[in-house]
Amino acid sequence: MALNIAYFSWVRERMGVADEVVDVPAGIGDVGALIGWLAARDERGALAFAEPHRIRAAIDGVMIGADAPLSDAREVALFPPVTGG
Amino acid sequence: MIRVSVQSAPIDVSAEFDVHDAGEHGASASFVGRVRGGDGLIELFLEHHPHMTEAGLAALAHAASDRWKLSALTLIHRVGAMASGETIVLVLASSPHRAEALAAVEFLIDRLKTDVMLWKRESFADGRVRWVEERDTDQTRAERWD
Repeated sequence: MALNIAYFSWVRERMGVADEVVDVPAGIGDVGALIGWLAARDERGALAFAEPHRIRAAIDGVMIGADAPLSDAREVALFPPVTGG
Repeated sequence: MIRVSVQSAPIDVSAEFDVHDAGEHGASASFVGRVRGGDGLIELFLEHHPHMTEAGLAALAHAASDRWKLSALTLIHRVGAMASGETIVLVLASSPHRAEALAAVEFLIDRLKTDVMLWKRESFADGRVRWVEERDTDQTRAERWD
């Protein structure tokens, strides 16, 4: 499944790109599994996602939890907790 | 009337207030967030999502106008690089009476800190650069409105 992933803040810096299209294997069904797969995929993923509890996610702009399903997602955004205001 | 903006240009607080309130509202409340100086800070950078940051602000603005009877609401957040003393965020809310305007402003700034896709990065004169970490107190304050 081809999926657009966008990274922000230090997750973006550690991944070395702001966004990418990845081919996610079947069986990666939710955000938590996606983060685990990215962490295992390569060195930059291991660096960015070493502490999964510090990662927040949004699907198509809506903030969601790690158990949110990836089905029908156009863009998944992965980032540290937000700090605006 | 709801006005929401994410902008890299400086926020002109007095001009925005004039646009928001030409005198027709009974009560107007405001919050102005500025870049804190000190510790050798030379730049605060706000990273944002090209579409979703503004969408998040709009969603919050509509949540506030559903919750309180507001006659006008302005929510402006700056992004990009800024210096000490510059305005990061401006929240203006008006209603016939003060209680709703004050509550709406507090709700908006509390929830903005936890719900909208924005990230602060600080650069210091000695070369240090760090991403600001979230504060537990911000989470606690935001949850009061659940």
